[in-house]
Amino acid sequence: MSALTQALWVLLLGSLLGLELIGKVPPTLHTPLMSGANAISGITVLASLTLIAQANGQVPLLLLGSLSLGFALFNVVGGFLVTDRMLAMFSRKSSRSGGAR
Amino acid sequence: MALPNLLPALIDLVAVLLLALGIKGLSKVSTARSANGLAALAMGLAVLGLLIEQPLSAQAWLWIAIGTGIGGLLGLLTAQRVPMTAMPETVALFNGCGGMASLLVALGVAIYSPGGAPGLVEQISIVISVFVGAITFSGSIVAMGKLQGWISTPAWTQNSLRHAVNISLAVACLAGAITLPGSMAGAPLWVLLLASSLLGIGVTLPIGGADMPVVISLLNSYSGVAAAAAGFVVGSQLLIVAGAMVGAAGLILTQVMCTGMNRSLVSVLFGGALGGVAPVGGGGDEAGYTRITSCSAEECALALEAAERVVFVPGYGLAVAQAQHALRELSKLLELHGVEVSYAIHPVAGRMPGHMNVLLAEADVPYEQLLEMDTINPEFPRTDVVIVLGANDVVNPDAKTDSSSPLYGMPVLEVDQARQVFVVKRSLGAGYAGIKNALFELPQTAMVFGDAKAVLNGLLTELRSMGIGKK
Repeated sequence: MSALTQALWVLLLGSLLGLELIGKVPPTLHTPLMSGANAISGITVLASLTLIAQANGQVPLLLLGSLSLGFALFNVVGGFLVTDRMLAMFSRKSSRSGGAR
Repeated sequence: MALPNLLPALIDLVAVLLLALGIKGLSKVSTARSANGLAALAMGLAVLGLLIEQPLSAQAWLWIAIGTGIGGLLGLLTAQRVPMTAMPETVALFNGCGGMASLLVALGVAIYSPGGAPGLVEQISIVISVFVGAITFSGSIVAMGKLQGWISTPAWTQNSLRHAVNISLAVACLAGAITLPGSMAGAPLWVLLLASSLLGIGVTLPIGGADMPVVISLLNSYSGVAAAAAGFVVGSQLLIVAGAMVGAAGLILTQVMCTGMNRSLVSVLFGGALGGVAPVGGGGDEAGYTRITSCSAEECALALEAAERVVFVPGYGLAVAQAQHALRELSKLLELHGVEVSYAIHPVAGRMPGHMNVLLAEADVPYEQLLEMDTINPEFPRTDVVIVLGANDVVNPDAKTDSSSPLYGMPVLEVDQARQVFVVKRSLGAGYAGIKNALFELPQTAMVFGDAKAVLNGLLTELRSMGIGKK
């Protein structure tokens, strides 16, 4: 199997998995889910790192890679933390029994 | 496969598994928080696998440190500082930056060809990556600006001129895309980049504030597609899987949101702002209402005092007035008095589905009291008092009965079934949809004019002066 065919299979199966994973989500979780999925799309950090690794000392490439890494990590770090901030509120609710506070 | 290559490959596999489990876990309340952590762990593993696999020079490490330091720190600060009410804008901003990252990688590969001359597959991937990445970035920034109120909807975007503009831009993108393989770093690349960026603006600018969450969700899906395309560009299967998963999941989420608002994706994207810039049929004018009863906080408090079952319907106006905490106070007081209190949450309450739940959770409202539309609708006939706070279109009974209404067919909270309805509102101005609300004129409805927080505090004072909450 050529690298391209393999990559296309990966694309197809990944898409199908994505369609299946969030079939039934309570509306409560739409905002955190959107924000969490958004953080995951920052996985493009891998592409930024690859670009830097392949730069071979070319400064413009290193600069582009670093800039791209910065944008991607802003997405990843901010996305995961803000999602956690939202979800922390929900879990505090469900773990606490009535009457406290 | 040689043994030294096995470890990064295994790490990648584990990372994909954890990412999938993370997305799945995010769709259940009980597991959502740990799932988010799991996805973050997966991301860390994926990066680790890559760093093991790729030999890096000291110079490369330096640039990685710079990018990581600046991006990570800004992300950390933003995540900590941003208020919960501004969540939709924040997601839009993060999302745009993800698109920008994919775009920059594609530009780097196109201009400098670090891994040798790109083959046809790489060229196609570069085109997709630049196109989708640029649209995601410019579209998200416009979406953020509109939600923040920095950008309004220009009048020219509401007529057919915008279709002409967008079609021209799309043609320019196509021309750039087709001629790109001939000269990788030449003019076609810049034409494609510029036209895609403008197209992102041209498509997002005409869309009204109410539809913006759908757009953000769609752009979120795009940033997954951009990441998958970047995966083809640099030859990373992990990136392809993760990008594809997010892209597909984002599409589903977009569809769910559209269903909740009774809008089709096509009408959101091409139909312009609902109600247009000029409200249809004079709706939104105070003069449009004839049989309005208004009442004071005191009368409302008396009704609450006598009620056995009270339902609050919070909307975005509640969050804008920062009145969640006052509302929680009031409901605690009523519960102490033996009143059964619950909250009716429309699927699109707030500015994003689920946004209202987050805002109420922030104010310590118990999760079990937040009832979804399908659960609460059959309960309204046996509800004594409904208080609508800063919600409008989601309680409009016209959506069920008047087939000429633009809202017709949208699932609404059937508050008109309750014995008594109080609507807390600043004025008789129209909601997002820019149309009249028949609920306001019903005999059982009374308007309590004022800022949500001020009214709630007024109710608290009245109830306390009646001796409720004291032994």
